[in-house]
Amino acid sequence: MISLQTYLIIGAILLVLGIYTVVSRRNAVGILMGVELILNSAGLNFVAVSRFVELSIDGQVFTIFIIVLAASEAAVALGIILSYFQTYASVYADRADSLRR
Amino acid sequence: MANVESLRYFLPELLLTALVLAVFLVDLGLKRKKVPIATLMVVGLLVSLYAVLKTPGAEGVTLFLGMVSLDPFSVFFKVIFIVTAVLVTLFSMESDEVEEKNFGEYMGFIAATTLGAVLLASSNHMLMAFLTLELVSVPCYVLAGYISRSRRSSEASLKYVIFGAASSGLMVYGISLLFGVTGSLSFEGIRDALSAGNPGEIIVLISLIFILAGLGYKIAVFPFHMWCPDVYEGAPTPITAFLSVGPKAAGFAVLVRMLHVAFSSSDGAAAYLTDISSVDWPFLVAIISAATMTIGNLLAINQSNIKRLLAYSSIAHAGYLLMGVVALSQLGTQALLFYFVVYLLMNLGAFLVVLNFRSQTRSEQIGDYTGLAWRSPIGAFVAVSMAIFLFSLTGIPPFGGFIGKVYLFASIIQGERFIWLAIVAIANSVISLYYYARIIKVMFLRGIDAEDLGGFVSSPTTITLLTILAVGTAVSGIFWGPIARWVSHSASLFFG
Repeated sequence: MISLQTYLIIGAILLVLGIYTVVSRRNAVGILMGVELILNSAGLNFVAVSRFVELSIDGQVFTIFIIVLAASEAAVALGIILSYFQTYASVYADRADSLRR
Repeated sequence: MANVESLRYFLPELLLTALVLAVFLVDLGLKRKKVPIATLMVVGLLVSLYAVLKTPGAEGVTLFLGMVSLDPFSVFFKVIFIVTAVLVTLFSMESDEVEEKNFGEYMGFIAATTLGAVLLASSNHMLMAFLTLELVSVPCYVLAGYISRSRRSSEASLKYVIFGAASSGLMVYGISLLFGVTGSLSFEGIRDALSAGNPGEIIVLISLIFILAGLGYKIAVFPFHMWCPDVYEGAPTPITAFLSVGPKAAGFAVLVRMLHVAFSSSDGAAAYLTDISSVDWPFLVAIISAATMTIGNLLAINQSNIKRLLAYSSIAHAGYLLMGVVALSQLGTQALLFYFVVYLLMNLGAFLVVLNFRSQTRSEQIGDYTGLAWRSPIGAFVAVSMAIFLFSLTGIPPFGGFIGKVYLFASIIQGERFIWLAIVAIANSVISLYYYARIIKVMFLRGIDAEDLGGFVSSPTTITLLTILAVGTAVSGIFWGPIARWVSHSASLFFG
């Protein structure tokens, strides 16, 4: 029997990996994948908690919404990255320094 | 209240939803779009404003099985959002940064953001708060990048979406931890769980920090303010004006409701709340408030681009506004709401001047404002209104910003615990005078005898809007009684 702790620890590891990806990647698409990891860590927490602690459907519903929202946010972000690529001919976020001059 | 019953209290939101769809549909069939779509927006927004004011249930009801609550507090913010959207629609007509062929979708996104903000201010459940926060954020990411083939605009948009997506991810992780320890997602349920038992102190602290990260990004407070100057500088000017008022007010609305309903309770004394979470979050927020206003004001000093300067000034104002949250009293919430009324007038006014100046001279540099007051009679009028907005942003009497700051300081001093925060804020107001006065000096004292400054004209719409906003800023500093009564009615619900 896998306990609640296991899920929470996996969630925390996913969160840390996600934050590390967001902070360390130069590629904007890579950063976006880090964001997906963060969102999925939260989703995993919700499902685990609603299975083990709070026997209601709330947590699972929240997870469904997180999945839907991650998809729509990724669509918008990829669109923005595409428009960035058209002006900069690059997807590297650290090239974006034309402001603050 | 059950779902079907709730619908009749939900008319303003339904009208806004219809407006979003209508704008996108009308956009498909038109070649010349600006005038018809702006007219549709203004009419639709005013109709939903009328519906907001006429909807029954002003004494506080919860709709849709506790997801949404309708009370004077949410009505106040709905009015703020809709008025902001109307003004930004008119600003967009005056701006040439957005091409006419994109105008319909652009307006549709503004309407969608307004719908999200209206729902965010009334959300009473973590799921609702998270979803509507995204409904406010996602269209804003797109709007920031609306100048086509502009490097700065697409860069602003990219930075905004990356910071935004990461911080909303952190926020939802925080909500999941809070759900784990309290077993509830509605604000009242979280409050009951926190005041009943003593759930893991560390977990509550971590989840609060994550939630503050998500909301702090939305209202641009330290240390989540880095995106703000870049986005404000790169975005189209009407959108900069919009971001500095609408989404910021929405973030504050949900922050106040979440902290006051889920993490505090009334302990008999009607005008005060007590923190129940065993985590000293008022202290945490006080630190954030002091750091935000100091960083915002110090970094504003050296700016040469006026949009960037106003971005740092709006960060500093988020710091002042947080004082109203820290106070955790009825006076504090009143002060916050009062400041939002004045902030809407003076900040949108300042951005309208920036927009007008940009459309005349293609420049956003403060140095190019030299001698604006002496170029033409209209230039003098614009310079005088800009001076009114800037003096009010500094907090100099007799303008509205002064009364707003007095209320905020009074709420902190009345609370007695964070007197040092009031001292920091007063020191910051003095710093802010320096950089606001610099713009006024450039406009009035420089270039008096210069020959070749060129003329300056404004459209009748701009002049009318500037007059309304400047008169509003000045009058709210002299006859503030009606606004004070309105906000004290709107702020009373959390207390007793």
